[in-house]
Amino acid sequence: MQPSKFEYRKASTLDEAVSLGGGEADYLAGGHSLIPAMKLRLSEPSTLVDISGIGDLKGISRDGDTIKIGALTTHSEVASSGVVNDGCAALADAAGMIGDPQVRNRGTIGGNVAHADPASDYPGILVALGATIVTTGRSTAAEDFFTGLFETALGEGEIVTEVQVPATGDGTGAAYSKFFNPASRYAVVGVGAVVTKSGGTCESCRIGVTGASDHAYRATAAEEALSGSDLGDEAIAAAAAKVADGGEMMSDLSASAQYRAHLCSVMASRAISEAASRA
Amino acid sequence: MGNYIGKNEKRVEDPRFIQGKGRYVANLSLPDMAYVAILRSPHAHAKINSINTDAAKAMDGVIDVFVGQDLIDGGVGQMPVIWQLPENKVPVRWPLTPDKVRHVGDSVAAVVAEDAYIARDALDLIKVDYEILPATTGAEATTGDGKPLVHDEIENNISYTWGLGDKDACDKAFEEADHVIEVDIENQRLIPNAMEPRACAAQWTASTEEMTVWTTSQNPHIIRFGLSAVTLPEIPEHKLRVISPDVGGGFGSKIFHYPEEIILPWVAKRVNRPVKWVATRSESFMTDSQGRDHVQHCKMAVTKDGTITGLHVELYADMGAYLSSIAPLIPTVICITLFSGLYKIPGIWGHTTGTLTNTVPVDAYRGAGRPEASFLLERLVDMAAKELGMDPIEFRRKNFIPKDEFPYQTPVAFLYDSGDYHAMMDKAEENAGYAEMRKNQEDARKEGRLVGIGVCGAVEASGYGPAATVGALGFYGGMWEHGAIRVHPTGRVTAFTGSHSHGQGHETTFAQIIADKLGIDVADVDVVHGDTDLVTQGMGTYGSRSAAVGGEALVNAATEIRNKLVELAAHLLEASVDDIVYDDENGKVYVKGVEDKAKTFGELAFAAYSGHSLPEGMDPGLEEAAYYNPGNFTFPCSAHIVQVEVDKDTGETTIQRYVAIEDCGNVINPMIVEGQILGGIVQGIGQALFEHGIYDESGQLVTGSMLDYTMPRADNLPMIESDRTETPSPSNSLGVKGVGEMGTISSTPAVVNAVVDALTDYDVTHIDMPLTSEKIWNIINSNGG
Ligand SMILES: Cc1cc2nc3c(=O)[nH]c(=O)nc-3n(C[C@H](O)[C@H](O)[C@H](O)COP(=O)(O)OP(=O)(O)OC[C@H]3O[C@@H](n4cnc5c(N)ncnc54)[C@H](O)[C@@H]3O)c2cc1C
Repeated sequence: MQPSKFEYRKASTLDEAVSLGGGEADYLAGGHSLIPAMKLRLSEPSTLVDISGIGDLKGISRDGDTIKIGALTTHSEVASSGVVNDGCAALADAAGMIGDPQVRNRGTIGGNVAHADPASDYPGILVALGATIVTTGRSTAAEDFFTGLFETALGEGEIVTEVQVPATGDGTGAAYSKFFNPASRYAVVGVGAVVTKSGGTCESCRIGVTGASDHAYRATAAEEALSGSDLGDEAIAAAAAKVADGGEMMSDLSASAQYRAHLCSVMASRAISEAASRA
Repeated sequence: MGNYIGKNEKRVEDPRFIQGKGRYVANLSLPDMAYVAILRSPHAHAKINSINTDAAKAMDGVIDVFVGQDLIDGGVGQMPVIWQLPENKVPVRWPLTPDKVRHVGDSVAAVVAEDAYIARDALDLIKVDYEILPATTGAEATTGDGKPLVHDEIENNISYTWGLGDKDACDKAFEEADHVIEVDIENQRLIPNAMEPRACAAQWTASTEEMTVWTTSQNPHIIRFGLSAVTLPEIPEHKLRVISPDVGGGFGSKIFHYPEEIILPWVAKRVNRPVKWVATRSESFMTDSQGRDHVQHCKMAVTKDGTITGLHVELYADMGAYLSSIAPLIPTVICITLFSGLYKIPGIWGHTTGTLTNTVPVDAYRGAGRPEASFLLERLVDMAAKELGMDPIEFRRKNFIPKDEFPYQTPVAFLYDSGDYHAMMDKAEENAGYAEMRKNQEDARKEGRLVGIGVCGAVEASGYGPAATVGALGFYGGMWEHGAIRVHPTGRVTAFTGSHSHGQGHETTFAQIIADKLGIDVADVDVVHGDTDLVTQGMGTYGSRSAAVGGEALVNAATEIRNKLVELAAHLLEASVDDIVYDDENGKVYVKGVEDKAKTFGELAFAAYSGHSLPEGMDPGLEEAAYYNPGNFTFPCSAHIVQVEVDKDTGETTIQRYVAIEDCGNVINPMIVEGQILGGIVQGIGQALFEHGIYDESGQLVTGSMLDYTMPRADNLPMIESDRTETPSPSNSLGVKGVGEMGTISSTPAVVNAVVDALTDYDVTHIDMPLTSEKIWNIINSNGG
């Protein structure tokens, strides 16, 4: 498959990348969304600015209660990272469910959130976790970052530099549950849940949904229903049934809107139960 | 018993494949090579008012651009259909369509350029003025009144009708039946998706007027014949060499003669440069022949004691927009002839209507007609057992053809060669621990879990096929095979076969056969295939025919080598031919009773070539060629038992256990046989649960990429518990039966039977494939339980 003609520039620093970016140029990170699109000529950038060699965008560290993940960190690095598994296992789980080993070894967290495929996994769990997307210009809460179908808050030439995730503290558990598209293995529906328990009851919770709607969203009605509940099967089912309310369900070959809404509630039940048991 | 047949020799082809050193057409690089890209129709049905190639031709790096009329004016022939039925209507098809496009992906123009990128860019500069026409889809729906005609001259989009069986006996069975089981089945469209996309290259040598064509074909000799006799008559057969080197899977889709095989050599001669084309995956989806796509109206007559007495099937088969090479065969001759399955059924009638739609042509795909037959039969059998309240294994056993009735003449033409269906099913039952399985199912049901058990038994006709029979049924050629053995003066052997390996491992198994027949080391045998200049003739590989037909041709050649060696040894050892023993365990030839009066295979080979002392009348040299025309087909069979669990919440099906027994007669290499069985089973599971080539009403292929077309994957499967019974075939000297397709033929109904069993409480008797989670969830959701 032959993409259209393009220029290739390799940036060695963030400043250089920013100066080369914008306009008809596109950044190249892991290439696992961009290159397939270019081969089908769905994407025809005039210049590819390769940011994959920029050292500043790599690595995972923990600063107090915040886990910092460089934009170029691959999915497999997130999945196997001790820091992430200790501080926020649900994120490592989600990363481990992306695609196949080749995809996980090449694809990056920055590319994934910047691309904002509606069926991507990271958006759902990052919204649930209350993550922050740090860019060359600003910091944006994940729930405000994903704005539409393949659309984000990113401005022209802006680069995602880091994703910051709060570590789940005592009494808090998080989990991600995914219904795989049998063909592509993307999420037909993916639900991330974070549950904070106090005694037997749910003190607070956050639920993020991907795959179901044109962009990831917070299921606030379900969060409200769950908060204050005893986290019993009935309470979880009742809250889970509201998860689809937060978004306009997509309808496609892999699932009709009705089935998707149903899967939202099944995946939410599973994620909430798991999160509660981890809390 | 020899030293190699029956042993797990490691595949000699694997080191090069797993190191990425295979020699595929796409790897071919020739000096001064140019690249071809083909403009494909984005519309399912449209009239071509005009094509303007000026801008494309003017582009830097473009060598030339050709349209359909250029090829027609340049002497190419129409695409042939080489299996035809009486009175079938064959639509006109050119390699590049000149007037009308009839499916998304139909070929419109060819660009030749300095590199593949320029060729692709130039496609965007070709301006085609399309007048879009309404499209028609659906195997049966397309015959309706007022439907657009795919070809103006073919009324009601019906290309042919064909029937087989005893109508009267069938009618009588239904009149007298206690139970009539009825079901309408949609056996969905599949897209073969061989791992290696199709590719073609061609080189014209003007000085000698010779053309070489490289193509990803399962049968290069047939392609050579088709080109020189029909589609590219400017190149006579003796000046044409067709090479199919390593081919990365075919599953039937690489049997057929494709437009690119004509376009590339035609273009190579015009531009006087070697040219190459490699399909993109998108092109594979919209130009490789596809599979299945039937609508079947079926009923079965059963008496109250559980005896099957009749089967009646009215079948519509979607052929797509044109008839591909052997397409009319698939839903007719090769399908209805298997309606008897493993059973004694006195009254069978099957009738097929082959129809045209604005979709990619449909032709043979792994199993080819036989899975469509076994699916409807094994679904009906299961439904009948359920209606009679009988265990599905018991019901099958009651109707099996007993082993002492072989050879068994079915009412639908075939004479089954051998089989022991009871022993095979017994072994399946035992390996599965069937009684225990059913008990566990009961327990699971009590817990509210949806566990199902599916059974299937099937037979197929493989080893295609006796030349006179296939000729009488519509094939233009014979289905014999050619094999030749060249013994070198040092005793090393090169064998040549007209079979073609594209995953089957012939380089290993055929060497095992020859080593045993000649009594030599398997490492001393090299097998050559896939090149019409090296291998004199061939019919290629499909219809599970390579061992049973290609293997036998090599046996014949080996026998002639042996005969010559015995004569030579008798001469050299000064004994009578009758006293010579050919010791094929130890690779030597000796005088009976005097074992040290012997010559080794190598010594004899050298003697044959030195020619210093040969028996009177014997010519020097040691090479023999042979043909083998089978006397009958071979009839492998299988019994599968599957356990599934359906997730009540999501509708997802998990296969928990898969127990398979196959009987493919004697086995040359158990490991390779098991590989074929496992691959076949997985492909059949793909159809049952996942795969579906979907066209919308406008004829757009909705599942045109791997994002939407679901292939089965390793994590969809349990470890398959595969085992065998061995009932040798009396049809050939090796006693072998085909095994390439058996897994596919049985696994599809086995899995569907299991899922329907799991959903017993939801008032469902049949579910059309694929059994997607949404479809199952809808049943659970709406039928309440
Ligand atoms: C077969 C396959 C299966 C897949 N399955 C899944 C799955 O199950 N779940 C899932 O979530 N994803 C899946 N993916 C997508 C995968 O995760 C991609 O790697 C990811 O979406 C994009 O990351 P990348 O680093 O490859 O980005 P690229 O492809 O390099 O870039 C994607 C886009 O983001 C932009 N971009 C990249 N990095 C940055 C940055 N730091 N700042 C700003 N813009 C940037 C690029 O310019 C481009 O527009 C799959 C991909 C494939 C090929």
